[in-house]
Amino acid sequence: MALEIGSGLTIGLILGVVIVVAAMLIWVERRLLSFWQERLGPNRVGPFGLLQVVADMIKIFTKEDWVPPFADRLSFVIAPAIIMIVILLSFAVIPFAPNIGVVDSNIGVLFVLAMASLGAYSVMLGGLSSDNKYALLGSLRAAAQMVSYEVFMGISLLGVVALSGSFNLRTIVEAQEGMWFVIPQFVGFVIFLIAGVAESHRLPFDIPEAEQEICAGYHTEYSGMKFGMFFVGEYLGLVLVSSLITVLFFGGWMGPAFLPPIIWFAAKAGVFIAFFILLRAAIPRPRYDQLMSYGWLFLLPLSLLNLLITGVVILST
Amino acid sequence: MYKLIKDTLISQVVTLWGVFMKLFTKADTVQYPDEQPYMFPRWRGRIILSRDPDGEERCVACNLCAVACPVDCIALQKAEKEDGRWYPEFFRINFSRCIMCGFCEEACPTNAIQLTPDFEMAEYIRQDMVWEKEDLLIDGTGKYHDYNFYRVAGMQIKNKDKGEALNEAPPVDVRSLLP
Repeated sequence: MALEIGSGLTIGLILGVVIVVAAMLIWVERRLLSFWQERLGPNRVGPFGLLQVVADMIKIFTKEDWVPPFADRLSFVIAPAIIMIVILLSFAVIPFAPNIGVVDSNIGVLFVLAMASLGAYSVMLGGLSSDNKYALLGSLRAAAQMVSYEVFMGISLLGVVALSGSFNLRTIVEAQEGMWFVIPQFVGFVIFLIAGVAESHRLPFDIPEAEQEICAGYHTEYSGMKFGMFFVGEYLGLVLVSSLITVLFFGGWMGPAFLPPIIWFAAKAGVFIAFFILLRAAIPRPRYDQLMSYGWLFLLPLSLLNLLITGVVILST
Repeated sequence: MYKLIKDTLISQVVTLWGVFMKLFTKADTVQYPDEQPYMFPRWRGRIILSRDPDGEERCVACNLCAVACPVDCIALQKAEKEDGRWYPEFFRINFSRCIMCGFCEEACPTNAIQLTPDFEMAEYIRQDMVWEKEDLLIDGTGKYHDYNFYRVAGMQIKNKDKGEALNEAPPVDVRSLLP
């Protein structure tokens, strides 16, 4: 089997690498966060603390996998699976390199957006089925936040789609041969970045799981590997959003030829992963109503304006 | 509009840059077991019982430390030597209760009980946290090198009558008519 789009080897490699990267991000994030907070972070287990992930995994696998007696058992169990499944499915359309990818889909952008919307069910079901006040509050917030940020996440992408003339992520990457879309679509990039943070509920917008206010939000009642799936799912979402930004705005695998395309892709995505961690280190959480009004009253008009101007420019040239 | 952009984007970018530059500053962490922190001499750590310059126990079993102790971790029993000096028959500190507040050191009239900068006192068995007098007693004088309670206090013991202590005048003979 060769390394080509859709071969079993490629699919296995992508699945394995993505999950391992998401798990390693636990260590990367703790280490980077602590550097930005003038600490050292986990550096005891193995070289540079790299085996911290193994220790965490052993701990999380051997924990009691407890379902609260008052929870709705079926939805409680499937909720963490949903987030893992939809995010791993989203990786199917990501073009990692010219010859690496799962499917070459004509509707890649739409597929990713659809899967991101389905991800909202995970947090909603998780919070609802827990039968816990904090979890309910968290899932309420999550539902509203994800639904509203979904809107202009899609609209901010339309500029890119209009410029490249395709929903196919591979075509979008190839359309960036001359110039990365971050230059003509800078506003779209900023909006997509903010919406991406909100979609993956990472820290400046981690209102659904705000520890200081509502325990752990929608996964308050989760423990053991079910919690681990939410946890890894969050990091998978981080990797997904970073990959999407790389593909849509920063030319995907494109780069000078002295490095193979997959390395260029990984480097660009890595920069964005580090940037998301920096966001977590630097920016405090907004209030819930601030988040909503900022989204609907500022980002939505801005993304519509961006789309309008992009359309005018495309039509006039 | 300008204010909104300034508040929402520019200030965030400035913050991000400031935090990013922290990558190049030195971490504050002291990597403790490899790297010992500097312990200040007046740090309140492990409790010891000191001896006076003559090598005798300073503790006079007055029980003030046990009374002052907010968590009641000190237990002792008074006994008396032939020459009239008091000493603790046993002196027991339960370090699993001790909160290192230092009240016992402040209460002690003879500077016997003192807190040291040592803090590495972890044990696997809880019973090992209970220290008896032979564990607590050190050979030296601790922080107060020249202090000897029975030389400066008016307490009467064998070989030393009232008024014979340092900086002390003999007691007034109230039955004498002389000024």
